[in-house]
Amino acid sequence: MASAAGVEQILAHIPSLRRYARLLAGDAASADDLVQDTLERACTKWSLWKPGTALRAWLMTLMHNLYLNRIRDWRHDDNHDVWDENTDLAHEPMAHAPDMLDLERALARLTPTLRTVLLLVTVEEYTYAEAAEILQVPVGTVMSRLHRAREAVRAAMAGQDDAAAPTPLHLVKR
Amino acid sequence: MMETDAHVSDDDLHAFVDGQLDASRVAPVLQYLQRHPDAAVRVAHWHAQRFALRRLHRDIDPGPAPAALANTVLRHGRRRWNPWTQAAAAVLLVAAGAAGMRAWQQMPGMPASTVASAPPQFVRDATAAYAVYSPEVRHPVEVGAQEEAHLVQWLSRRLGRPLAAPALQDRGFRLLGGRLLPGETAAQGTAKTTASPAAPASPSKPGDSASGDALARAQFMYEDGRGRRVTLYVAVFPTGVSPHETAFRSVQSASGTAFYWVENGYGYALNGDLPAPELQALAGDVYDQLFPR
Repeated sequence: MASAAGVEQILAHIPSLRRYARLLAGDAASADDLVQDTLERACTKWSLWKPGTALRAWLMTLMHNLYLNRIRDWRHDDNHDVWDENTDLAHEPMAHAPDMLDLERALARLTPTLRTVLLLVTVEEYTYAEAAEILQVPVGTVMSRLHRAREAVRAAMAGQDDAAAPTPLHLVKR
Repeated sequence: MMETDAHVSDDDLHAFVDGQLDASRVAPVLQYLQRHPDAAVRVAHWHAQRFALRRLHRDIDPGPAPAALANTVLRHGRRRWNPWTQAAAAVLLVAAGAAGMRAWQQMPGMPASTVASAPPQFVRDATAAYAVYSPEVRHPVEVGAQEEAHLVQWLSRRLGRPLAAPALQDRGFRLLGGRLLPGETAAQGTAKTTASPAAPASPSKPGDSASGDALARAQFMYEDGRGRRVTLYVAVFPTGVSPHETAFRSVQSASGTAFYWVENGYGYALNGDLPAPELQALAGDVYDQLFPR
């Protein structure tokens, strides 16, 4: 039965989606919200998935669309900033692992567009072309975002936050 | 920002870090890094960063998945792929085999033309009864489990065959009780008005030849510790009009899933809004207790 097979396939991806969303969205509650929305979207758009293609990549596409749309919905993101001044850092209490704290904080502070590229390429090991497809941007955009993300994190880890964030963001909340 | 030297770009350096560098580019990149210590330092940083990010990801413990996540999918699964209304039903029945097809063609009052698009009437009745009574807070059952012996005797007498309320506490479901329900003949009267004129005549009406009341149906209701309810719906078919015996089948509707089967003149439907594997396991327990092998 197609339904049972589809359900089983999507269910099997929940644990890894949650793990990934945790890094993408920052905290556990936001991550599960994002996964929930992704699953909803996957179910309502199930007919659009082409059997035989990678289900995970399709789910990732949905998740990133939702995530980036959600961000765009409540603020202006002009795609040129490196640091995200909106990030709430209160959820990072990894005091016993100071180096991880720095990395996690740096990741959380990246603008969403940079963070998504960095995670897709680094953690998920998608090719640049696959990441471009998931994010629906040109490969050149993936490369430039990857570069900015890595340099920003590198600067942050070296304690050069101020140097790496040259211009304060001008945020416009709707 | 994209510095280029000896045809080695930042893109090449990232590809080097990510293992996505074309084999033919590896030698030039290595040479470039030897000539440019600053770039080598940067690449080393990126390497370390990549490793640390992957470790960060690996060490995340998201904990057990909230049930809401799986339920999102399961709920949609029933809604979106409801085989009652979609062509999937045809596939389902074809897969079930020719014997199954014959069985449904002989369902009383069920024209052959509807076979490919609908489960047996008693399953639809069971599903409707589940939808009506399982959300009931104060009166989910007519006779409570504290009177189980009386309940089973009473329903057996009304249906005309011995019934049993299977014990499902091993899977966390306790019997709440049961109720008597009207059977399918009334519903068939409605169905026949819309039936194809080419439909074969029923061999006999369900009410014609029964030791008990062939219009009567029984519903047993169970509940688990989380308040989830399942119902076991029992139909007794008079001799001559019983559908052919079938193995387990499942059908999904807006109110949940039903596992059903027909054996030895009984039709059973187990309805619940549970993950399909869980409901199937319960159905297996019910079957094993009713028809010990």
